[in-house]
Amino acid sequence: MSCQCAVEDGLQPDPKEIKLGEILAKYKQQKGALIPVLQETQEVYGYLPAEVLRRISFELKIPLSKVYGVVTFYAQFHLNPRGRNIVRVCLGTACHVRGGAKILETIQKELGIEDGQTSEDLRYTLESIACIGACGLAPVIMVNEDTHGRLTPDKLGKILAQYE
Amino acid sequence: MNSLMEVCCDKCTHTPTTPCDKYIACRTEGPLCHDDASCKEKVQTRLKQVVIAPESGLKQVLICAGSGCISSGSRKVDAALEAELAKQGLADKVKITVTGCHGFCEQGPIFIVEPEGTFYCRVQPEDVPELVEKALGKGELVDRLLYKEPITGEKVRHYQDIPFYKKQQRNVLRNCGHIDPENMEEYIARDGYKGFVKALTMSPLEVIEDVKKSGLRGRGGAGFSTGQKWEFASKSPGDEKYVVCNADEGDPGAFMDRSVLEGDPHAVIEGMLVAGYAIGANNGVIYVRAEYPLAIKRLKVAIDQASACGVLGDNVLNSGFDFHLKIKAGAGAFVCGEETALMASVEGKRGMPRVRPPFPAVKGLWDKPTNINNVETYANVPAILRRGSEWYAGLGTERSKGTKVFALTGKVNNTGLAEVPMGVTLREIIFDIGGGIQNGKEFKAVQIGGPSGGCLPKEMLDLPVDYDSLIKVGAMVGSGGLVTMDETTCMVDIARFFLNFTQKESCGKCTPCREGTKRMLEILTRITKGQGKAGDIETLERLAKNIQATSLCGLGQTAPNPILTTLKYFRHEYEAHINEKRCPAGACSALLTYRIDSEKCVGCGACAKACPVNCISGELKKPYRIDASQCIKCGTCMDKCKFGAVIKG
Repeated sequence: MSCQCAVEDGLQPDPKEIKLGEILAKYKQQKGALIPVLQETQEVYGYLPAEVLRRISFELKIPLSKVYGVVTFYAQFHLNPRGRNIVRVCLGTACHVRGGAKILETIQKELGIEDGQTSEDLRYTLESIACIGACGLAPVIMVNEDTHGRLTPDKLGKILAQYE
Repeated sequence: MNSLMEVCCDKCTHTPTTPCDKYIACRTEGPLCHDDASCKEKVQTRLKQVVIAPESGLKQVLICAGSGCISSGSRKVDAALEAELAKQGLADKVKITVTGCHGFCEQGPIFIVEPEGTFYCRVQPEDVPELVEKALGKGELVDRLLYKEPITGEKVRHYQDIPFYKKQQRNVLRNCGHIDPENMEEYIARDGYKGFVKALTMSPLEVIEDVKKSGLRGRGGAGFSTGQKWEFASKSPGDEKYVVCNADEGDPGAFMDRSVLEGDPHAVIEGMLVAGYAIGANNGVIYVRAEYPLAIKRLKVAIDQASACGVLGDNVLNSGFDFHLKIKAGAGAFVCGEETALMASVEGKRGMPRVRPPFPAVKGLWDKPTNINNVETYANVPAILRRGSEWYAGLGTERSKGTKVFALTGKVNNTGLAEVPMGVTLREIIFDIGGGIQNGKEFKAVQIGGPSGGCLPKEMLDLPVDYDSLIKVGAMVGSGGLVTMDETTCMVDIARFFLNFTQKESCGKCTPCREGTKRMLEILTRITKGQGKAGDIETLERLAKNIQATSLCGLGQTAPNPILTTLKYFRHEYEAHINEKRCPAGACSALLTYRIDSEKCVGCGACAKACPVNCISGELKKPYRIDASQCIKCGTCMDKCKFGAVIKG
């Protein structure tokens, strides 16, 4: 049951909401669908807004408390808007041994945000993660889907600037 | 004929809707459904184009498109190569194969010219015209791009001769880097799915017996007998059973599963098919870490291809056996590598482990009997069936059979994947294959088995690496991560690093792990900050033993291992931190002081300019000095100084 008032007002329905409807329709009959639904929904919205979680809970017939429990359990899900570019700094063992902490420090300075924060212009979100499995290139960062390896602090400015 | 997967002519009866038990053999030895010499020739000609024969006069370039090489720019290299081949008129003489990981990420992008096997490394797009002209056109060597052995400085031509590869025995990784993982034809041409076809000629119990005889043990950590695990699931009553592949490779410092999934996804599918047939399961799930998008993509392609030709789906190869495979993407929780947590996550719940028994073989996914193995375990299975359990049991040691892939990282010269028979020594892996420690520094320790493993000192270098000998010294094979450390790595800091990881990843369900890891981390953090006090070591030991004994799952039970092993082998470093407020490795920044050697300082002022807190002062051309009371110990001055005048101690 989604709100009809926008339609009555003659406004266009939100394309994101239409997509959410499609996702829900696709998974409604499958067992264990909550996580894929949340993953695909987050791809549409960029994060998981509260009203969207309410709708997922209603349509999948899973209590909101359970949905919230799952969302907060997994590192991948986010309850707040995120930046256009996600900068992930690897702090895995290999990167740690080869100076990953310094890379994180430099990026924090460069972007003016701390680990886990999003810049005010929503250009970057900075996250540290445990290992991205590119240990052969340590230290590494990932910006969106791109991996950048064999880093030194002085290379970072140029890499970050590529992402608008 | 453009692919071995195509029909040879109208007479061929192979379509996905008409399954046939000779399908796989028909692709490479066929046609078998009708007799036609010209069709046979078509298949053989195509086969020679897939696996380039030396007499064909053709050349093949293998370009690595594993995650490592992609980030070093390999996709630009293959684009440039395609354009350049066309420009120089060589397009029909050279086949470009974009492969999965070669395991030598350090040297990426990797560019191999077959059939001779010349190995070029760190190739960039601007090198391509020269490579095409000389290496591919004239058959000459491009000397400057050959691999240079780090110790002797010698150039090595063939990849088989590079010490990194020479000492390896690649079974699981046999196709990685040699085939196009997105093309099923190439897997089939290299004996793909023949192990599964052989399994179909045996009874499920015979398959299990064979796997038991091979001595294969789980490659994900605990090292339980794979054959026995299958037997439990097979004996468990129930019409509906599941086969699950644990591809939630979360150990920091391990990436072999990623490489297998990216480089040879069909091998994992084949292993799961055999397991499904053996235990009587018709459904399989591969649970892949969300951080591995490329692995997920390649698996999807492989599953689609296998389904399209009837190797997956209903009535597989007309055997009466149905097998359907699905991918579930993880959502970022390390604990989901634990089998019961993984299954909870597949069911759409919080990924928290539960008490065992009941084991998954009895009550697993959706409460049905389930067999769960990791990627590398499944990837071992096809060769066991194809080449026989005796062959497999002939590799390795008495109780640890076969080969194991290790991810060699840290301060070692050759980082990458090394597959060796079980029982070789740490020294062989780190020094012969890994080429020793970077920058001529001294080897100090190796962390084996990720956050669940232990840190072993140089006295242990001659230890044979197998399941049982590592457990004896407090470490474990685990997933096979080998992080090497040199004299500049602080062992207390490493223990703190691992604890920080396990503490963050603890799911919070049981108290020993949730609270215990937190307390241990607090103590370790204090020690590295120079606030350690008498009794800390004893408290750590007591906590560690309690957590080991009382945690619910493997995460908690093994979380203290890095602390216990560093305490056992590097206790003096803890004591130096606590009693003397000194970090012997010079790594814990709170315990460091920076000063400028007035004899070496030329007074250039570079350090003062770079200092973020302006605590370095002096006059140009005279020695500078650091105000220790203001110094934040960031080390920037030391990085900037070109004269080695900044001293840390």
